[in-house]
Amino acid sequence: MGANTIRHKPLVLLTGVIILQILLLAVQIKRDSQGRLIRVWTVGAVSPFQRASATGVGSVRGAWNHYFALQNTSRENERLRHENDTLKLQINQLQSRAAEADRLALLLNFRQAHPTIPMLGARVIGTGADSASETVFLDRGDRDGIHRNMAVITPDGVVGKIVESYRDTSQVLLLTDKDSGVGAMLSESRIQSPVGGVGEPLLTMKYVANDDTVNVGEHVVTSGMDRIFPRDLPVGTVAQIKPGNPFKQIRIKPSANLERLEEVIVLLSLQPLDLKKDAEAAAATAAEAKQPVKTQKP
Amino acid sequence: MNDSFDLRVAEAHIEVHKFRGGAIIGTVILALILQACVPVYFPKFSVLDLPLLIVIYFGLSRRHPATGLLLGMVIGLLQDSLSGPTVPLGLYGIAKTIIGYLASSIGARLDTEHPAARFALTIIFFGLHQGIILLIRRLLLAQPEPWFTMRMGIAAVVNAVVAVLLFMVLDRLRKD
Repeated sequence: MGANTIRHKPLVLLTGVIILQILLLAVQIKRDSQGRLIRVWTVGAVSPFQRASATGVGSVRGAWNHYFALQNTSRENERLRHENDTLKLQINQLQSRAAEADRLALLLNFRQAHPTIPMLGARVIGTGADSASETVFLDRGDRDGIHRNMAVITPDGVVGKIVESYRDTSQVLLLTDKDSGVGAMLSESRIQSPVGGVGEPLLTMKYVANDDTVNVGEHVVTSGMDRIFPRDLPVGTVAQIKPGNPFKQIRIKPSANLERLEEVIVLLSLQPLDLKKDAEAAAATAAEAKQPVKTQKP
Repeated sequence: MNDSFDLRVAEAHIEVHKFRGGAIIGTVILALILQACVPVYFPKFSVLDLPLLIVIYFGLSRRHPATGLLLGMVIGLLQDSLSGPTVPLGLYGIAKTIIGYLASSIGARLDTEHPAARFALTIIFFGLHQGIILLIRRLLLAQPEPWFTMRMGIAAVVNAVVAVLLFMVLDRLRKD
C-alpha cells in the first residue's frame, strides 16, 4: 500500500496542481480579475530585459542599416535617381506641351480675330544649313497652297516671307536676314521706312531723316506698301537711335521671337490685306453675337 | 507481475541526467525573455513555443514526473503572466503541467536521446499541448477556437525541427 502511494505520488501531485490551476481560472472568471499581482511581478521582472533588448536590437539594427546593409540602399538610390530622371523628363515634356498649347491658342485667337484672311498654321521643322543666311523650313508646302512671297507671321509680329515652296515644305527668309525687308512705319509718327535685317538679332530701319523725331521704345508696324504684309502688323520696337548721315541709324528689336520659332502663320493671299478693318469687323460680329435676343410683344 | 519487473529493469538502464548549477533556471528565464522580446522584431518567431520546448527537454532529461510537472507549471504560469490580459493565469499553466508530467514519465521509460525520437515526441507533445489549450478555452473559458489549422501543423513541424537543434545545445549543459 505504501509502495503504491509512492508510485502514484506524481499522479496525485499532478491532479492537485491541475485542480489548483482550474480553481485559479475559475476565480479569475468569477471575479473578472486577471491575477494582477502575479502579472505585475512577472512583467516587472521581464520588462528590463525587454527594454535592454529593444535598445540593443535598435543599436544593432541601426548599425547594420547604416553601415553594413548599404547594398540595398545603393540600389534604391540608383532606382530613385532613375525615377527622378524619368520624372524630370516627363515634366519637361509636359512643360513643352503646355507651352505649345499656349502658342497654338495664340495662333487660334489670331485666326479667329481675322476670319476673312486666308491663313494656314505651319510648324518650323528645320533651319538653313548655312550660317550666313537666316532661313527656316516649314512643314507645309505647295500642296497646302503655300507659294513664294507669302507673308509669314506669328501673333507677336512679322517673321519673314516664303522664298521657296516645295511639295510638302517651304522655306522662309527671316526678317533678320541681310536680304530681307518689310515695308514699315513708326506707329506714332507714321513715318514710313523699310525695315530689314543685317544678319544680327536686331533689325535696322533704313531711311528716317535726322530731323524726324523717333523715340526709343516706339512701336514699328507694317505699312502694307510692300504688298506682302498687311498693314499694322507689329514688326518690332525701337531699341537704339544714332544720328547718321544722311539718315538716322535706328535699330529695331523684332516683335516675334525669331530665334525660337516653332509655329507660324502663313498668310495665303498675295492680295493686300487690311488687318485693322478685318479685326474691327470681327469685333463687331462678336459684339452682335453677345447681345441678348429681343422678343417682340404681341 | 512479470511486466512490472521488466519495466523496472528497463527503467534501470535509462540514465537520469543532471545539469550544471543554475542551468535550468537560466534556461527557463532566457526562454521566457526570448519568447517575450524576439517576436517584436521578428514576428514569425512567435510560431515557436520556446517555454514548451524547455519543459519537454527537461522533462525528458530529468525523468522525474514530479519535477517535470512542477517545472511545467511554473513555466506555464510565467508564460500566462507575460501573455497579456486575454490569457488567464492557468491556461498555459495547466497545459504545460500535463506536458511536463508526460514528458518526464515517458523519459523515464524510453530512451529519448535520438534526434528522430526527439522530433517525433516534440510534434506529439506540441499537438497535445495545443489540444489541452483548446479544451480549456472551449470548456472552461467558453472561447470558440478551431480544432486544427494549417498554421498549427506548420508550427508543430517548425517547433520539432528547432527542438532537435535546441536539445543538442542544451545537452552541453549536462553534468558529465
